[in-house]
Amino acid sequence: MPAEVVPYGRSTQRAPDVKEIHVLWITAGLGCDGDTISITAATQPSVEDVLLGAIPGLPKVHLHNPVLAYEVGDDFMKYWYQAWEGKLEPFVLVVEGSIPNEKIKREGYWAALGNDPDSGQPITTCEWIDRLAPKATAIVGAGTCATYGGIHAMEGNPTGCMGLADYLGWGWKSKAGLPIVNVPGCPVQPDNFMETILYLLYQLAGLAPMIPLDDQLRPKWLFGATVHEGCDRAAYYEQGDFAADYNSPKCLVKVGCWGPVVNCNVPKRGWMNGIGGCPNVGGICIGCTMPGFPDKFMPFMDEPPGARLSAAAIGVYGAAIRSLRSITNSTVNKEPKWRHPGNRLTTGYRPKAF
Amino acid sequence: MATVTDPAVSKDVSQRRLVEMNWDPITRIVGSLGIYTKIDFANRQVAECHSTSSIFRGYSIFMKGKDPRDAHFITSRICGICGDNHATCACYAQNMAFGVRPPSMAEWITNLGEAAEYMFDHNLYQDNLVGVDFCEQMVKETNPGVLAKAEQTMSPNAEAHGYKTIADIMRALNPFTGAFYLETLQMSRMTREMFCLMEGRHVHPSTLYPGGVGTVPTVQLFTDYMVRLMKYVEFMKKVVPLHDDLFDFFYEALPGYEKVGQRRILLGCWGSFQNPEVCDYTYKNMDKWGHAMYVTPGVVVDGELVTKNLVDINLGIRILLGSSYYEGWEQGEMFVKKDPLGNPVDRNHPWNQTTTPRPQRRNFKGNYSWVMSPRWFDNRTGDYLALDTGGGPIARFWATALAGIVDIGYIKATGKSVKIYLPKTAGKPEVEFEWKIPKWSNAIERDRARTYFQAYSAAAALYFAEQAMRELHKGNTKTFRDFEVPDEAIGCGFHEAVRGVLSHHVVIREGKIANYHPYPPTPWNANPRDIYGTPGPYEDAVQNTPIFEENGPENFKGIDIMRAVRSFDPCLPCGVHMYLGQGKTLETHHSPMFGVQGR
Repeated sequence: MPAEVVPYGRSTQRAPDVKEIHVLWITAGLGCDGDTISITAATQPSVEDVLLGAIPGLPKVHLHNPVLAYEVGDDFMKYWYQAWEGKLEPFVLVVEGSIPNEKIKREGYWAALGNDPDSGQPITTCEWIDRLAPKATAIVGAGTCATYGGIHAMEGNPTGCMGLADYLGWGWKSKAGLPIVNVPGCPVQPDNFMETILYLLYQLAGLAPMIPLDDQLRPKWLFGATVHEGCDRAAYYEQGDFAADYNSPKCLVKVGCWGPVVNCNVPKRGWMNGIGGCPNVGGICIGCTMPGFPDKFMPFMDEPPGARLSAAAIGVYGAAIRSLRSITNSTVNKEPKWRHPGNRLTTGYRPKAF
Repeated sequence: MATVTDPAVSKDVSQRRLVEMNWDPITRIVGSLGIYTKIDFANRQVAECHSTSSIFRGYSIFMKGKDPRDAHFITSRICGICGDNHATCACYAQNMAFGVRPPSMAEWITNLGEAAEYMFDHNLYQDNLVGVDFCEQMVKETNPGVLAKAEQTMSPNAEAHGYKTIADIMRALNPFTGAFYLETLQMSRMTREMFCLMEGRHVHPSTLYPGGVGTVPTVQLFTDYMVRLMKYVEFMKKVVPLHDDLFDFFYEALPGYEKVGQRRILLGCWGSFQNPEVCDYTYKNMDKWGHAMYVTPGVVVDGELVTKNLVDINLGIRILLGSSYYEGWEQGEMFVKKDPLGNPVDRNHPWNQTTTPRPQRRNFKGNYSWVMSPRWFDNRTGDYLALDTGGGPIARFWATALAGIVDIGYIKATGKSVKIYLPKTAGKPEVEFEWKIPKWSNAIERDRARTYFQAYSAAAALYFAEQAMRELHKGNTKTFRDFEVPDEAIGCGFHEAVRGVLSHHVVIREGKIANYHPYPPTPWNANPRDIYGTPGPYEDAVQNTPIFEENGPENFKGIDIMRAVRSFDPCLPCGVHMYLGQGKTLETHHSPMFGVQGR
């Protein structure tokens, strides 16, 4: 065997600051597992891209998600207990589902995971978060339930549930100095979530600075623009041309779309592989990424109160623009007059010898 | 009177030494489910089983007083893998309550979306979650003898799927490394793209409304759907024979395996895929349009089709307590005393249910689950039947086959089977599959039906796409019909969630939701013992399941129990992992749950 030849370009490769990392994923909030299912749809990157090391420079990732796990029983649970005992270093905790308020009742549980070996009673999800949060390198909220409470925290709910930052405190920092990272969406857009995880892996590998978050703890590059700013129906709005019902490819603000005031990139990015979305494909934006979801957007199918004024204001301007554009449009829809099969050349070229 | 659903006869119970084995939570399902068993290792049998769920969210409570048009947006969030089934069913219930009939194009688009959901969800569940129970790694740990035999067993359908031996199939199912596992994961994405074309987003759709859809029907929409569908059709020509080989092998390698997860044939199917020619969403015509659905509704008891009438199905639904953390509603308001046809509606019917949670300590001799106990009242016998859905497909096939109504060329129900035709694709010739009524309602047959239903959904989608394109070519591109929300109304929607029966019942007063009760499949399957002592289907199917695993109590994986439970495709939103108990030996005792329990 010849001695190993070290390729010249290998010098470009940098070992990550952290060699291996565990991702512990609690789905036992008040949720629907929709965020876990969602990430199996991701392709940028896919879950297997991250687990199988398809992207260079990152630590090896061990995912412990109950829906996808091979391990069962003690084999699975041991990671959770190890993390609690500080023996699983480092790990990122992902929380899915809203956090119930277990203090508002005498006994029992709203959400639980596993059993207390002493009492034989279920261990509440809150108890697990209390155990694991101080040990986690980073905590990520997956989906609107975990981030802000979401559907299950609607007015009139019996469980008093809330988002992760409401529970741990908005100023909470991990032992590594990271704030809670919120990736809202109901469910979370697949690639938005996986890309956030990817960013954190880059950061922990020493390849990226602190993740840029806005004051709602969302990654800035994903939630900086509104639905409307990325919507391919926004041009109809500009022209004051609105759908009167759902039989229309035009702007939906008059039939319930909240896109102009909602922070979300879905119409721009599509739902998966650029396909689907919300107002861009005929579905009103109900604000599912927002801290005010769902109550501030209900009833969903009514025109948002603010839209009435702004849509009326754009009406006059939009109608004028539309009619001017329609004149220009019909002009540019006609070929120039010199394209004809006649005997004479009328293009303006004057031939010296044909 | 209660019904004993357990066909097995217990052995001399007084001589038994039972070991307590618990799995809480169960992994590779959607939802939080715990299974608590007592196992008789000497007789290699599960003696007793309790199933519990550890999550409560309270939809029926926080929906009160809300705008009824919000129902589908809200209820979609009940489930993270089949939320669209809820949204669809909620729209069906709203259509009835609002008296609106969507344009045909809207129904074809919804059917295409829902077909894609079945194609995706069964695909992901079968081969990325359940499949792991049959993969090489798992079989090596639980039944090395079976793996050795699989290495020596040639696949009868190797030509169709390319895996020479049964062990090759098992290897292909290894998580994150097996070739078929990875191919399935890719397919689960492509089918979700098909879904997003029709319903906007997976899993909580954006484009569904009462009165129709917001999806814009264009030539491109159907082109994008069809090219993907045909790839899936080709994939099915490999997937169905592969699973037949794998499942037949288990019967052969482990004689008696048909007993795993077996229970009395008590199946419910609430029908799927509306026919826009017939469906007007009126209650009085519900029997008629129910029969026109492209999956026929029905209740099957001991192999007999007891009814296929959605009105009978509706009136028979009862929600019982017994072991759940709720107050009863004996004193609650009767919202609907009679249905629109004048039939009396029971106090325990979802229209009249009042949900009042009462969190408390878990007690297996008392209350031990957040799941209530839905039953179907059989007025022939006075029994409260603990119907199951078998994870969906087996019940859909059984009801559809016996009814013998569906006949759309691609699919033909024969009275004893269902024929599924898949046309020629790029790499494979045309194929006809036939799902035949099996001898048992057990784990293997539930799993087998799931594979066949993937092919059924693809075949149905071919038909729906043809119908949709026909409408498009005629210029019928309306997708929505407007409506008024009445001050007072009731509505019900019936659908098949991926894993089985789904109903939504709504009562509207003063233009707001006065009562709303959704009943998805998992409460039917995962419920605890009811007031009469009748165990829920998981409990019943696991009790008396024989143990084929080669491991003893020390390193027991519970694989046969896992296969029994996972065959129902559990989906109790917020599911987690499996916890193996300490193997504590119990006192020998006679459990009142054996034999003639609850009579």
